[in-house]
Amino acid sequence: MEITNQDFSNLLQYIFMGIQRGSIYALAAMGFNIIYNSTGVINFAQGEFVVYGGLMMVSLTMTMNLPVPVAFFFTVLFVMLIGILMERLTINTVKSPTVLRLVIITIGVSIFLEGIAMVSWGKNSHVLRHFSSSETFEVFGAMILPQTLWIIGILVFIALGFILFFNYTMTGKCMRACSINRDAARLVGINDRKMVMISFALSAGIGAIAGIIITPIIQMDYGRGTMLAIKGFGAAVVGGLGNSVGAIFAGILIGIIEAFGAGYISSHYMDAIALFFMLIVLFVKPSGIFGSSEASKLKEF
Amino acid sequence: MKKNLVIIILAAFCMVFVSCSKKEEPVKEEVKQEEVKKEEVKKDYVVGAFFAITGKFASLLGEPERNTVEMMVKQVNEAGGINGHKLVVHMEDTQGDNSRAVKAAKKFIGMGVCAIVGPSRSGSSMAVIPVVQKAKIPLISCAAAESIVVPVAERKYIFKTPQKDSDAVRKIYGRLNKKGVTDVGIITGTTGFGNAGRGQLKTLAGEYKINIVADETYSPADTDMTAQLVKIKNAGAKAVINWSIVPAQSIVPKNMKQLKMDIPLYQSHGFGNIKYAKLAGDAAEGIMFPGGRLLVAKQLIHHHPQRPLLMKYKEDYESTYNEDASTFGGHAYDALLIVINALKAVGDDPEKIRDHIETQNFFGTGGNFKFTPEDHNGLNTRAFDMITVSFGEFKILGEW
Amino acid sequence: MVIRDYIFLGIFLLVMACVPLLLKNDYYISIFVFASFNCLACIGLSLLLGYAGQISLGHAAFIGIGAYTSGYLTTQFAWSPWITMFIGVVISIIIAIAVGVPSLKLRGHYLAMATLGFGAILYIVAVAAVDITGGPAGLNNIPPLNLFGLILDSDKKFFFFSWSVVVIGLLFALNLINSRVGRGLRALHGSEDAANSIGINTSSYKIQIFIFSAVFSSIAGSLYAHYVTYIDPGPFGIMHSVLLMTMVAVGGMHKIWGAVIGSLLLSLLPEFLSFSTGYFKTFGIEYKPDYDTLVYGIILLSIMLFLPEGLYGGFSSAFRAVKNIVKRNGKKAKSSS
Repeated sequence: MEITNQDFSNLLQYIFMGIQRGSIYALAAMGFNIIYNSTGVINFAQGEFVVYGGLMMVSLTMTMNLPVPVAFFFTVLFVMLIGILMERLTINTVKSPTVLRLVIITIGVSIFLEGIAMVSWGKNSHVLRHFSSSETFEVFGAMILPQTLWIIGILVFIALGFILFFNYTMTGKCMRACSINRDAARLVGINDRKMVMISFALSAGIGAIAGIIITPIIQMDYGRGTMLAIKGFGAAVVGGLGNSVGAIFAGILIGIIEAFGAGYISSHYMDAIALFFMLIVLFVKPSGIFGSSEASKLKEF
Repeated sequence: MKKNLVIIILAAFCMVFVSCSKKEEPVKEEVKQEEVKKEEVKKDYVVGAFFAITGKFASLLGEPERNTVEMMVKQVNEAGGINGHKLVVHMEDTQGDNSRAVKAAKKFIGMGVCAIVGPSRSGSSMAVIPVVQKAKIPLISCAAAESIVVPVAERKYIFKTPQKDSDAVRKIYGRLNKKGVTDVGIITGTTGFGNAGRGQLKTLAGEYKINIVADETYSPADTDMTAQLVKIKNAGAKAVINWSIVPAQSIVPKNMKQLKMDIPLYQSHGFGNIKYAKLAGDAAEGIMFPGGRLLVAKQLIHHHPQRPLLMKYKEDYESTYNEDASTFGGHAYDALLIVINALKAVGDDPEKIRDHIETQNFFGTGGNFKFTPEDHNGLNTRAFDMITVSFGEFKILGEW
Repeated sequence: MVIRDYIFLGIFLLVMACVPLLLKNDYYISIFVFASFNCLACIGLSLLLGYAGQISLGHAAFIGIGAYTSGYLTTQFAWSPWITMFIGVVISIIIAIAVGVPSLKLRGHYLAMATLGFGAILYIVAVAAVDITGGPAGLNNIPPLNLFGLILDSDKKFFFFSWSVVVIGLLFALNLINSRVGRGLRALHGSEDAANSIGINTSSYKIQIFIFSAVFSSIAGSLYAHYVTYIDPGPFGIMHSVLLMTMVAVGGMHKIWGAVIGSLLLSLLPEFLSFSTGYFKTFGIEYKPDYDTLVYGIILLSIMLFLPEGLYGGFSSAFRAVKNIVKRNGKKAKSSS
């Protein structure tokens, strides 16, 4: 079969579409991982952080007319505060935590936050201006939005920040210590409860950034959280829970599979194809692509 | 242990039989009680109304519908009610969920309502049909799918006010014929409305010699339709038809702009809320869709028979709720108007209301309704005008 | 079954028999009918979650399989609902084995993701396979059940039938957990490795329980289809799976009775909220249906935060506390006299 220019530009179009989708899954998955590493729990309210990021940004820029960088800063701060409050008021107060109970508490928080978002922002979809122009430009016949480049750039930036934070700062190293062995970390004087709080703040912050950068493209409404959380959870699991490199890789991979599925197979079964791929990965390698089976055994469910 | 189990199961079954056979009598008594109750409160005409007020993806339908009904009830009662009877409307929220719709319908029937208005969505309407048919209460649905009222013989008590989806398809295909376009790509939402539209688009294509070169779908939660549109583009479509009723439909024009597709985009009558156009921003410019005249009331010629009614509803709604009137509110307006007309003429006997509706012929927001025993929608293609989006507002496109 | 279960079962039967006598309106009875479907599915899920310690976020899919098998075969081929219900169960068993055998090797969150993915795929198929499932438009005109000539077409008749099915399901479940399998299961929940080492075939037990819970859900689905007589993909999505799980957790996941309490409470809650709207108004609070999600979240959160063993655990510790007080007072009374 001859590969024409047209085919190539389609392929490129799908790849960019996939990366754009996948970046958000990757960011959500990174948020899952931070909290998973410090508590062993999947935080189902992660999608709500994304929603709050997007909606708060809409309020600050579209209604209060703040410039984008200022609004960006305050939005992230606001959502981090929600993350901290969530940890202090719910997770921290549980006396005899089991993983299942904590997971259901996070589901409760997510329903609660969804309710608050519906009451305060209403049920409509909200639009947000693109960071720069909303005119597409052409790369080898594929049409690309400048916002897509923003998304990819910010993902790379966050990934680098991640590596620096966890490898070169004291707090980051403490958090890593906690995730490897919490009791041992406590023995050497690390305040593990504080680390859990920081992990919630960080994860909320990343969620907020994901929400801010994706809203210009997808329109945000109060009910988007669940779907984002599920896709992000999928990415985190496929990449191997707790493994951030895996999360980024798996998130983008899932995004691209979705785009290819819709483009080359059938848009009716687009989501099913991506999910089917996830199941196959899990059945072949039960601890995800990058996860080690020993590590997952240590975290008793 | 096993013996115990068998005995207990048998006992349970026996209980079922005993209770079922016994329960026949109280049911009848209950009906009697309700009849007595109805006579006591004869002063009030009780109507049930249920819409998808909250719930994902559907609140742009349900909210204007609820607002409209509440506004009309207030107006009617301030003007002295219907022949001196106060109009009472019980409002329920289906949240776009079918089991909730069924429960709400049962609640209304238990209350002894004389007619039911709603629900907003095609799926919910289909779910409640068996319940209201059995209870013999007229239901005037505000959902679009034609299958709700067809076949009429099986749907004796079911009516609907939104224009038929087949008529919307005919209107679009008619225009395409006029423009000499034959190759179209269709992209539909996977909701009851989108699915019904997809069916009609495919069935009627032959009749209008339209060639559907690509048939794509998207789920209401989808955020990006680029891949589907690339396929439509590559298939050589000369026009795109987007059929959906949820906010996701506004992403299609955005993605088309992003892909620099300059072929015309047609939408369904489900686009009839200006909020959808606003969501799409610049990209909405030039979208064409068949819509009720409510959206363009101001631009109608002055002696248009629908104009006074449309202007009144629009002004009332917009001054009460401080938001633009939408087609969906109009559907609820027509539905309640039908009930009020019937109540005025024949009182609150459900059977008589049903019979009366089949004779109604009036101008509503949707068009000129001509109900007959064979047609429980009463509208035809003339209820639609082709409408376009220009400078962020709906404009009449003119007759062809 | 232990004696306490017999007592509970008696109380349960009595309460349920009284419900239709107290509720005059068919609407309220239909709420209880809908609750019975959730209850049946939750009993199965509670075996899986509470006793086998396995999480599943895909059980609504089994409800869907039951509902669609019944719906499709009765409307297309006019088969008897009993046969189609049975076929639904068989299909559920086959799918449960196909999904369960690879998934149950997974642990914890990985298992949650696998079942979630499976549930989401089946939902998408139900939406997209328009020719069989009717797609989003669903299947209409499903016939009602016919119980030896008695057509279950009224809410009251169905109420008794579906709750009888729940009682039978309860009996099976209660017997199961007090059998050899149940003891094995409890060992499994404590520590899978330890259970393995004393010769319990853990994976076989897990599969059995997974199949068992799938069958419960499938029957609930068939009942749903024949009660509503219309089905579409809506009620079988992921959110319903999550809801079923929260029902089990709210009731107390280590007791079958917890599932019964949890499913009843959360099924009745939305109706209760809409019912009490009027009362809120008299207190000067403008309650809108928009707040339902919020209230639901608050209730779920507070139960999980303050009652670690769910409502059942809360009730039984309250009961024990009362008993202790009574005992102490009794002793005091004796010693003082």
